[in-house]
Amino acid sequence: MTDELGARLKAYEGQDAAVAAEGKDPVNAPMIRHWCEAMGDTNPAYEGPDAKAPPTMLQVWTMGGLSGYAGGRTQAYDELLALLDEAGYTSVVATDCEQEYVRPLRPGDEITFDSVIESVSELKTTKLGTGYFVTTRMDIRVGPHLAGTHRFRILKYAPTRRRRQQKPALRPRPVVNRDNAGFWEGIEHHRLLIQHCTTCDTLRFPWLPGCNNCGGPDWTPVEASGDGTVYSYVVMHHPPFPAFDPPYAVALVELAEGVRMISNVVGVPYDKVRIGLPVRLEFQSYDDELVLPVFRALEEAG
Amino acid sequence: MTGGEMSAAEMGAGALGAADMRAGEKLPPLEIPVTRTLVVAGAIASRDYQDVHHDAELARQKGSPDIFMNILTTNGLVGRYITDHFGPAAELRKVAIRLGAPNYPGDTMVLTGTIEEVDGDTATVRVVGDNGIGRHVTGTVTVALPVSAPSAGSDLDLGPAPAPDPLNDPPGAAT
Ligand SMILES: [Zn+2]
Repeated sequence: MTDELGARLKAYEGQDAAVAAEGKDPVNAPMIRHWCEAMGDTNPAYEGPDAKAPPTMLQVWTMGGLSGYAGGRTQAYDELLALLDEAGYTSVVATDCEQEYVRPLRPGDEITFDSVIESVSELKTTKLGTGYFVTTRMDIRVGPHLAGTHRFRILKYAPTRRRRQQKPALRPRPVVNRDNAGFWEGIEHHRLLIQHCTTCDTLRFPWLPGCNNCGGPDWTPVEASGDGTVYSYVVMHHPPFPAFDPPYAVALVELAEGVRMISNVVGVPYDKVRIGLPVRLEFQSYDDELVLPVFRALEEAG
Repeated sequence: MTGGEMSAAEMGAGALGAADMRAGEKLPPLEIPVTRTLVVAGAIASRDYQDVHHDAELARQKGSPDIFMNILTTNGLVGRYITDHFGPAAELRKVAIRLGAPNYPGDTMVLTGTIEEVDGDTATVRVVGDNGIGRHVTGTVTVALPVSAPSAGSDLDLGPAPAPDPLNDPPGAAT
């Protein structure tokens, strides 16, 4: 399999990523102090009139911050990142950092930096997802003097979990068996069927092979009128399931015929569902293959 | 002179000298509690506003279970580990790190180090940082020390003395 994107990315190797870019702030004592506080670093070499910046802050002075890079970043580097973004490799994580410190940076130093795209890897599969490693090498200077070099490797990747989420989750399929096949066949034709025991004349729901009342195995289907009321309900907040969007109300609806069934109440906010709420059957299509009976509220409970 | 006395003299000077570095020597471990505050403070102190370092919800959307420490913070902690041990006169020459298992809030990272090589005033230290889910960082630090440790009478402010290291400075051990 040829990797056409990989070949396009390879072409950026050796191109400049930043040219004569300037640090947003001069090296300064407050940023040094904030860094030392975060790191828990009490080294006295980073304080006082003769302070130097912690060498490991080298990259900090080159960062764009919230407002982004001031300039000096080349079109080539932006193009490379855009190509990866468009191909779905939208996330970024840094994996390697190699720094050499040539001269200490001190408050007042104004840095400039140049960066080159050193290499772009083949497509790699990692725990985070598949993507490409991009390595840049940066020289940081104060005036003509090299202060340090900074080689940085990032992984631009398509997150594994996100890809799964891009496919919309489908509602669970009903389990259709010999005992309830007639019910689901009815639903397919937009008819809600109840079993009627021909031995003792009792209606039963959900579908069962025998009568709850007399144990008789014989029955005929009866179509429900579709009228009902909320007999009881719960509101689901947690846990979330794929294809369900909490909070939502799950109601036990008593049909006009007297049997009860569990379904969703639609046409009313979840917190307006009440016991006794009159509802009317309708059939809702969830995807190409799934139709389910739901109950629409006929009036908002006060 | 016993090793114990030598060690005390060095501590009085507040810094180790190049003569004190020996290949194979292990540095005392440094335990870093990875708090949410450290992750966020480290990211902001390094001017890194990538959402995965401060916004848990967006981090989850990107496939991560939570926010995680950025590489600049790890780099800073590795540098601190070395200079904490060798003292303020030590100069970092090179820090090279590779990240593995992320540092998520609530975890603890333990940094350990071994001196791999000594060349004159320069030592190469291999550093490893393990957390509860695996190896967060492996790295190599090159550090230079003054050729001889300043004497105890030095008027240089060299900061607090390093803590005694029971692993490497057993009391009374001959050097
Ligand atoms: Zn019956």
